[in-house]
Amino acid sequence: MIILVSLLVLLMLCAAIAALVFRDLLAAVIASCVVSLLASILFYFLHAPDVAMAEASIGAALVTAIFVIALGRTRRYEE
Amino acid sequence: MSFLESYAYYVGAFGLILIGLLVILVKRNLIKIIIGLSILDTGVNLFLISVGYLASGTAPIFSREGIDSGSMVDPVPQALVLTAIVIGVAVLALALGLAVRLYQNYGTLDMRKIKELKW
Amino acid sequence: MRIFLSLVVLAVIAVGIGKTLMEIPFGEDTTNVGGYYIQSGRDDTGAANIVTSVVVGYRAFDTLGEVTVLFVAAVGLGAVLAVGSASGRRRDVEPASLVLYTGCRFLFPLILLFGAYIFIHGHLTPGGGFQGGAIVASAFLLVYLGCRGRRIRHGWSKATESLGGLVFVGLGLLGLTAAGHFFLSNYLPKGTVNHLFSAGIIPIIYVAIGFKVGAELAGVIDDLVEESE
Repeated sequence: MIILVSLLVLLMLCAAIAALVFRDLLAAVIASCVVSLLASILFYFLHAPDVAMAEASIGAALVTAIFVIALGRTRRYEE
Repeated sequence: MSFLESYAYYVGAFGLILIGLLVILVKRNLIKIIIGLSILDTGVNLFLISVGYLASGTAPIFSREGIDSGSMVDPVPQALVLTAIVIGVAVLALALGLAVRLYQNYGTLDMRKIKELKW
Repeated sequence: MRIFLSLVVLAVIAVGIGKTLMEIPFGEDTTNVGGYYIQSGRDDTGAANIVTSVVVGYRAFDTLGEVTVLFVAAVGLGAVLAVGSASGRRRDVEPASLVLYTGCRFLFPLILLFGAYIFIHGHLTPGGGFQGGAIVASAFLLVYLGCRGRRIRHGWSKATESLGGLVFVGLGLLGLTAAGHFFLSNYLPKGTVNHLFSAGIIPIIYVAIGFKVGAELAGVIDDLVEESE
C-alpha cells in the first residue's frame, strides 16, 4: 500500500514538473490534468470519496476542457 | 520506510505547492501562470485532506449498519476542500477569460510585452 | 536576477511550510468539531453521509456564500468576454464525424441521468450537488464537442440557475419564518436514515445546488466556446 502511494506521489510530482518545463502549452495542460487525476486517486486512498469525485469530475475534466478551449482562442506555444 | 509511511502525502502536497509557486514566480506566459495556480490549488487541497486523515479510519459515511463512529476520518476538511475545488474552477475560468481578453487586445500572452502589467 | 530572487523567496516559503508540516502528526487525531459532527451528525440531520450533513446541514450558510461566489465568477466571465465581441461573424465549423456525432447523442442522456443520480443520492452515497452539477456540465461539454453548432439556450440556462438559487434561499427563509428557528434550519421530517426520502431539506437543497452548478458551469463553457468560434 505504502509503495503504491509513494509511486503515485512520485508520478504526480513528475507530472507537475512536466507541466513546469513543457513549452507546448497543450502538453502542459494535459500534464496538470494528470496531476489532478492522480490527486483524486490519493483522495480516495485518504478515505475522502466525496472530494475524490469532485476532483475527478471538476479538476481533471472540466478544468482541462476550459483550458483547451481557451488555448484554442490564444496561441499554443509559449514564446 | 517509516518516513514514507508518515509523510508520503505531505511530501506530495509540499512538492505540488512549491512547483505551483515556482511556475507562478518564474514563468511569464499568462496561461502557464494559470496552470501553476491550478497545481498550487491541488497541492493545498491534498494537504488539507491529509491533515484530516485518521489511520485505520473509514470514510465518513454510514453506508451500512455497524460502522464504528469512533473510527471515521475528519469530515470538516473534506467539506472545506469540496467547496475549495468548486471555487477553484470558477476562479480559473475567470482568469482564463481575462487572459483571452488580454490576448485579443495585445496580441501576446507574454507579461513582459504587456506594458501595463510590467512589474 | 529575477529567477534568483524567485528562488530565494521560494526557499524561504519552503522552509516555513516544511517546518510546519513536520510538526503536524499524520493520521492521528480528528478535530473536536469533526468528532462532534461524526457522533451526532446522523441524529441531528438524518443524512448518512456526514460530509453532506456538514456541507448542507451545519454549514449551509457557508455553502450559500460559495454558490454566490460561483455565480459572481460566472457573471464576471460573461461580462469580460462579452465586451466588444459582438462581431456577429460565425465561421462555418467543420462538422464532426458520424461516429462522434452518434456517440455524443447516445451518451448525452446517459450522462445527464448519471449526474442526476449523483445529486439526488447526495445524502446517502458519496457525491452531491457539486459533483453531479459538474457531471451534468460535462454532458453539455460533450454536446459542444460532438454536435457542433448546437447551443444551449441562454434563457433556459439562466432560468435554471436562478430557480436553483431561489429554491435554496426560499427554503432557508421558510425555516426562518414558518418554522420559527434560524436561517436554513432543518424543519422537514427527518425520516429513516439510509432511505431516499430522509434528512429533511438536505436532498432538496442538494438537488437545487446540482441544477444551479450544472447550469453555471455549462454557461461558463458556453461563454468560452462562443468566444473561440
